[in-house]
Amino acid sequence: MESKHLVVVGGGMVGHRLVEAVRARDEQGAWRVTMFADEPRRPYDRVALTSYFAAGPESLQLGDPALWEDPLVRARTRCAVTSIDLQERTVLDDTGAMTSYDELVLATGSYAAVPPIPGADLPGVFVYRTIDDVAAIRGWVEDAAQRRSGGRRATQVRGAVIGGGLLGLEAAGALQALGVQATVVQFGTHLMDAQIDLGGGMALGRLVRSRGVAVRTSTATAAMRPRRGEQRVGRLEFADGTRLDVDVVVLATGVRPRDELARAAGLAVGERGGVLVDDACRTGVPGVWAVGEVAAAAPDGGRPVGLVAPGYAMAEVVADRLLGGAATYPGADTATKLKLSGVDVASFGDAFARTPDAMEVVWADPVAGVYKKVVLADDARTLLGGVFVGDAGAYSALRPMVGAQLPGDPSAFLLPEGGGAPELELPDAATVCSCNNVSAGTIRGAVTEHDCHDLGAVKACTRAGTSCGSCLPLVKRLVGTELSRLGITVSTALCEHFALSRAQLYEAVRLSRLATFSEIIERFGTRASGRGCDICRPVLASILATTSPRHVLDGDRATLQDTNDHVMANIQKDGSYSVVPRMPGGEVTPEQLIAVGEVARDFGLYTKITGGQRVDLFGARLDQLPAIWERLVAAGLESGHAYGKALRTVKSCVGSTWCRFGVQDSVGLAVELELRYRGLRSPHKLKLGVSGCARECAEARGKDVGVIATDKGWNVYVAGNGGFTPRHAQLLAEDLDRDRLIQVIDRFLLYYVRTADKLQRTAAWLEEVEGGIDFVRDVVLEDSLGICAELDAEMDRHAATYVDEWRATLEDPEKLRNFLPFVNAPGTADPSFAYIPVRGQVRPATPEERLVAGATGVRP
Amino acid sequence: MTTSTLVRVCAVDDLVPDRGAAALVPDDGRTEQVALFRLASGEVFVVQQLDPFSGAHVMARGLVGSRLCDGVEVPTVAAPIYKQVFDLRTGACLDTADTSPTHGDGILRCWPVTIADGDVLVAVPDSGGTP
Repeated sequence: MESKHLVVVGGGMVGHRLVEAVRARDEQGAWRVTMFADEPRRPYDRVALTSYFAAGPESLQLGDPALWEDPLVRARTRCAVTSIDLQERTVLDDTGAMTSYDELVLATGSYAAVPPIPGADLPGVFVYRTIDDVAAIRGWVEDAAQRRSGGRRATQVRGAVIGGGLLGLEAAGALQALGVQATVVQFGTHLMDAQIDLGGGMALGRLVRSRGVAVRTSTATAAMRPRRGEQRVGRLEFADGTRLDVDVVVLATGVRPRDELARAAGLAVGERGGVLVDDACRTGVPGVWAVGEVAAAAPDGGRPVGLVAPGYAMAEVVADRLLGGAATYPGADTATKLKLSGVDVASFGDAFARTPDAMEVVWADPVAGVYKKVVLADDARTLLGGVFVGDAGAYSALRPMVGAQLPGDPSAFLLPEGGGAPELELPDAATVCSCNNVSAGTIRGAVTEHDCHDLGAVKACTRAGTSCGSCLPLVKRLVGTELSRLGITVSTALCEHFALSRAQLYEAVRLSRLATFSEIIERFGTRASGRGCDICRPVLASILATTSPRHVLDGDRATLQDTNDHVMANIQKDGSYSVVPRMPGGEVTPEQLIAVGEVARDFGLYTKITGGQRVDLFGARLDQLPAIWERLVAAGLESGHAYGKALRTVKSCVGSTWCRFGVQDSVGLAVELELRYRGLRSPHKLKLGVSGCARECAEARGKDVGVIATDKGWNVYVAGNGGFTPRHAQLLAEDLDRDRLIQVIDRFLLYYVRTADKLQRTAAWLEEVEGGIDFVRDVVLEDSLGICAELDAEMDRHAATYVDEWRATLEDPEKLRNFLPFVNAPGTADPSFAYIPVRGQVRPATPEERLVAGATGVRP
Repeated sequence: MTTSTLVRVCAVDDLVPDRGAAALVPDDGRTEQVALFRLASGEVFVVQQLDPFSGAHVMARGLVGSRLCDGVEVPTVAAPIYKQVFDLRTGACLDTADTSPTHGDGILRCWPVTIADGDVLVAVPDSGGTP
């Protein structure tokens, strides 16, 4: 079948969503898609623009990059469409090329509006819309900082943001992140006056000021003036005659649709601009559609809406229609929930109580910086809308209830900690995920009809919570309720012997200070007769290693160790073991390397370099392990804990000591980290990495903790993972000095050790932490849980009391009994091994090879 | 009628409670590897050392524990390679971990055990007897 050609004009978030949706649903390959983008890059997350400063441009990536490898998708970046010929069904681009289409979608988005203020064109005045804008602001601020530090008195760079809406506050946060003393200048009576009422705006103003951003409301900017004798912006003049000295100005006074292509082609536009479309996003011309901020949709009263969620909904409607569906766009859900410089702000529904006879119930606590309001119909029960500032905890539960009656006293939903508010039963039609337009009914259906029995499966099936993630707590609760209705118990129990989760058991053991298996299972187990199993015993061994450290083979502790920890080696498929001595940071002396080589040669061990920059020796019999370690310990080597759910390695690049490009001593730091955390037992293995510059040769962002040098110190990233589900680590903190870095890693690791589930790597753990990376950042940087002193002391104790477990084993004849081949034949070697030569070494024989004479026998 | 002989393998105190140990016993003219488990309760069990799901001689290195089956607390051992769980009393596999045995039917052979005067005695079938 010949595929038809879909041309998408505009490479923003909505255009991206359209291409993604078409490719996801078009199983027959009916459409090939060409996307034109005038920016020099693929679509990125414009909403998260502020994070560009913290985490770089790659953090703004949208969706799966594999979309652009799809043979049916073509992205023409740095290529603007200049005209449309509706008769011939062609578009002309700025390279002069003509492209014909079967269907055309306009997704050109908006311009940042530049208000008609004198001086708005001065150098140093910016808009805040694209990565290039943000990069330009950063460059300008850095230059300004340089100029200021050059003077006799170094002073902070001063900036103003004109516009106190959503975008203005984002921009102010971005300026502040660049070290700028920022002032927000708002024409209206309060911040975010399009979304929240005066009371909420006042609370927001206080919170924003308390975070170091100045706010001027009811202030009209009359002019921007250059500094005396210079070209660049230096001063704002206000209508009331006051002034503000500035080095940089960001305009955030709104957006206007980029509809000039459509106007030139003769398409109808709305009164306030925007291409007029019906509830299917069709323009008046067959084959031409418009979506996102450039569209003025009939359900929105023919006015463009400057939010991404309605744009996504339009993109989904067009994708559905192109594939023969009949979806309609219901109009914008203008509900908003966001975190601005750490302040929760949310509004939904009729936030301004414009419905006749509407009633408002308000809870305000100016001391705590909280303002909450629900708007009810005149029956005092039916929810119409709400505003939340400072604490938006109730938002995700209440928003989908708009139009429904609230059970009980409405004020219960506003009181701190829920105040005993009744559980809300969402109607099936209620929208839970507005980014992807997923209803409560769809989520319930995923559980009941499509056998999705956990959050991950429901996300994959419905796409709920896959964009901004703010609805995830609600999705999780819906899934939980539905599962228990089906009689499926969502158990967090460790195993049949403990009804507690690993994290709960950790707290129980820590607080009770119990230290033996018998005491713990008697006190916290499900039944007195239980003897544990291969799940709970190693979990307890791991917990006790931190709460009351002892040698792995000491007394009752030995009975808890998993099979590998019990012999301090890694079992292989034939029952032999591999041996990995620690080489901190991947550093090894020639003498040690020779000793390792000699051991491998003398014991006939297959030798391979691991992914963690050390050497693995394979094929040791159980009874050979002590003799092997006698020699390794004598050479100054120690256990590498390759067998444990524990710190494995700290991988490093060669760093500034040798490398021409390195900016910090990455090997020195890696060695220090590895020696500090060696032996630390954790819910799963832990891998760290340290790179000496941004080239990242140590691949630190694939690690549980990755440290990357900057010219000011170290950036630390957490919860990266290779393996089955690769994850890039996320930025936790920037430009730390050595002491603070170690403190942050100490706390992060121990917080993970305390709270993760069994066999849960940091990446999976962080995905389940409610509040995600921001929450963890608050815990480890701001001590929001008040546990940091404990964590610091715990890690200091760990580092100070570390003992090499192999050396201690060799010194204790009792522990060495573990390594007897046969209890009644201590001198007999296990005869069951068979090896085959391979590339100058050996490998275990296959079952077939074992049948052939000569294959059995010990290594050459 | 199968006859058997009691063979002393070791002292009970040679075995660490709640862990396994390997031993060699005579079996039909050959030597067989077995896994001995002394539980905290004092009971001792002997099963084959060959792990039927991996072909490696490793059962003694498995973790012991228990499982509630029909109201009975069944003593268990988990295979160290792929974590199948076996009933130490009967050798039956209680949890195949979604795998199939590579050696035999996946049931561990068991040897009767007697404790006498602090020694572990294993009942070994006499030559010619059918095990």
